[in-house]
Amino acid sequence: MTAPALRWPGAIAAALVAAMVLGPVLALRPGGGALTAADWAAARFTLSQAALSALACGLLGVPLARALARRQFPGRSTLIRLLGAPFLLPVIVAVHGLLALFGRAGWLNQGLAAAGLPVVPIYGLHGVVIAHVFLNLALVTRILLQGWAAIPVERFRLAATLGASIGPLLERPMLRERLPGALLLVFLICLTSFAVALTLGGGPRATTVELAVYQSLRFDFQPAQAARLALLQLGLCALAALAVWRVTLPAGFGGGLDRSLPTWAAPGRRAADAGIIVAATLFLLAPLALILLHGLAGAGDIPHAALGAAMRSLAVALAATALAVAAALALALRGGALADLAASLPLAASALVLGTGLFALIAPFASPAALALPLTALVNATMALPFAFRLLAPAVAATEAAHGPLATTLGLTGWARLRILTLPRIRPALGLAAGLTAALSMGDLGIITLFAGADAATLPLLMQGLMGAYRTTAASGVGLLLVGLTFGLFWVLDRWGARDAAT
Amino acid sequence: MRYLLCSAGLLLGHPALAEAPQLTVLTYDSFVAEWGPGPAIKAAFEAQCACDLRFVTGGDGAALLARLQMEGANTDADVVLGLDSNLIVAARDTGLFAPHGVTAPLALPVNWDDQVFLPFDWGWFAFVARAGTPAPSSFRALADSDLKVILQDPRASTPGLGLVLWVKAAYGDAAPALWADLADNIVTVTPGWSQSYGLFLAGEADAVLSYATSPAYHLIAEGDPGFVAWRFDEGHGLQVEVAAMLARTDQPELARQFMAFILSPAFQGVIPTTNWMFPVVAMPDGLPDGFMTMATPDTLFLSPQVAAALRDAAVDEWRTALSQ
Repeated sequence: MTAPALRWPGAIAAALVAAMVLGPVLALRPGGGALTAADWAAARFTLSQAALSALACGLLGVPLARALARRQFPGRSTLIRLLGAPFLLPVIVAVHGLLALFGRAGWLNQGLAAAGLPVVPIYGLHGVVIAHVFLNLALVTRILLQGWAAIPVERFRLAATLGASIGPLLERPMLRERLPGALLLVFLICLTSFAVALTLGGGPRATTVELAVYQSLRFDFQPAQAARLALLQLGLCALAALAVWRVTLPAGFGGGLDRSLPTWAAPGRRAADAGIIVAATLFLLAPLALILLHGLAGAGDIPHAALGAAMRSLAVALAATALAVAAALALALRGGALADLAASLPLAASALVLGTGLFALIAPFASPAALALPLTALVNATMALPFAFRLLAPAVAATEAAHGPLATTLGLTGWARLRILTLPRIRPALGLAAGLTAALSMGDLGIITLFAGADAATLPLLMQGLMGAYRTTAASGVGLLLVGLTFGLFWVLDRWGARDAAT
Repeated sequence: MRYLLCSAGLLLGHPALAEAPQLTVLTYDSFVAEWGPGPAIKAAFEAQCACDLRFVTGGDGAALLARLQMEGANTDADVVLGLDSNLIVAARDTGLFAPHGVTAPLALPVNWDDQVFLPFDWGWFAFVARAGTPAPSSFRALADSDLKVILQDPRASTPGLGLVLWVKAAYGDAAPALWADLADNIVTVTPGWSQSYGLFLAGEADAVLSYATSPAYHLIAEGDPGFVAWRFDEGHGLQVEVAAMLARTDQPELARQFMAFILSPAFQGVIPTTNWMFPVVAMPDGLPDGFMTMATPDTLFLSPQVAAALRDAAVDEWRTALSQ
């Protein structure tokens, strides 16, 4: 389909990603005994919480994205960007915000208690799912919203003229194309969840495979055991990615003239849409407001080290963004099952296994501590690649489907085709992918702890250090700074892409 | 360019600085933070050793050993500082460490004559609560109450493992039954101490597994007397943090000098109000006011050998009882 487009960079990117994901795992020499009953229990819990979380994100994400797609109101694009905030938060900050709302001492339970009603506990499987929906709902919504925006307005007009229902005609094919990939992302993110699952799950019932990985790497130092569990995770990921690739169908709406969607395309149900948007806004933004509130109290306690840490965090995030977006674009231009699989693999890779394996590979030749920041950028880029790819691939495919044949007829191929046709048309997805990658990298704590010395601390590491030394208020202050910078970076990049687009 | 010239000038002007031998100490993150013991200890040691003391950090206490095993013979660490006493058997088995040769007497609540692993601070585990919360006097009383606590996971955190061994030492074969009765008192379990303590401060539980000296931080550093540690009649588990020198160090003399320095007043004096743990030698001027607000408890300590032998079974009992 994309023959005249650049394909060889995608092959190189796929090879690099596979090496980056599999190399460190193999460096730890997978082996060890059979899986224990506890391991199987952990595997069952891991799969069921990930499946439930993905399902819940789909059930809530589709109506939310549809409501946002067909309603125009002042501040709409700002709201859409704000709703993405929970996904961008460092996990540790997000959990605190969520508990400020739903926890034992949270607003919800205080309200219930004031009304004489029994307290609703958040801890348990439902708490894990709520937390994962809180963290990932915006991701699903943004991906679907781009899907709605990709349906040319001319098709809506045609459907309206013919009196045809747009559900089966336009929306379902679009969902068939985008929803499986979006849910796969959530499923795989939750597959390697560890701190959130354990903390919200309320104890060892909520043990995930990733906890076993953590234990064998950090506590028992049995890297062979960790590598074996990592291979299990990668296998599950590959199966899920292939299953999704099988059920995904290209929508094939053809090209349009890029006009924005007028509200007459969706008459009625105004109140239902408003209700969905308001409820989602409250659910996603109330914890954020509580984080800001707590953070402001600690703003005066931010240590001097925060400045250097902020600079290091920004540098790492920008380097990771450049790497991840370039690789994702190369894979998207190539397309096909291979690109899909390569771009999904990093999701199931435990960041801890990746980091430890890299450490083992590098230690004989150089001091990993001296390379802490470049390595962190590299690992962060790998971990963010799936998200960047999932945003870029449909945009690239839609561009090729709509304009590819004409471009080919005109002899527009290779780099020129990329520059003149593809890049300008995928700019919104490019901006969003860059913003997302940068934000994910800013908040990362998984990898930097393995390598960094005290003089290479990033903001999340500094925040963890403060929390580990009783300095909770100062940690909230640093958390606020981190959230502010993360979101600022995301905003700038996303705005750059969406100059005048509707998403 | 100007910067380069300046640096060159500095190096040329101070040849001694450039040639000073370097001692590399691998430790955990919070030890070297600006609010931790690291800066004062570095300054005091460099004043007496004519050397450059370099700290390298590698996550928390449990991660230090993993890191040394990963680096193996390639490590540039001369001394490791911050291993938990429950990891000593595993650490000894690696064969990476050499005797420290320090003979000065220690002031620990237990006997300690290990020739390789030298304690540098210690503390009693305890549940920490807000003042005014009803205080149970034992695990049994806690299990019979409606009080809610937050713990750390023994599979991922050293205090979490410390608690499981503490309960095992106190209850032996009755430990599984106690855990079953405690299950409804446990709000949740976090992977590490800092998440637990953060949730406790946010009001998610009445108490949190921490240290008997945690209230001292709030009192001395924040001027807040609003925290207490619960004293349990069964006695309290002990965390002993140890240091050891690497057998393959290229600075054996400096490393031995540093091991001896660990017991000096310059090192031990900064421990109470930076690491918020007890020093391992008697302090000439005593401990800071308000450092220990809880009445002195009995000590329940499993020797590293016994702890290593019991550990897997004790953690299994914990997991099984709390997974019902």
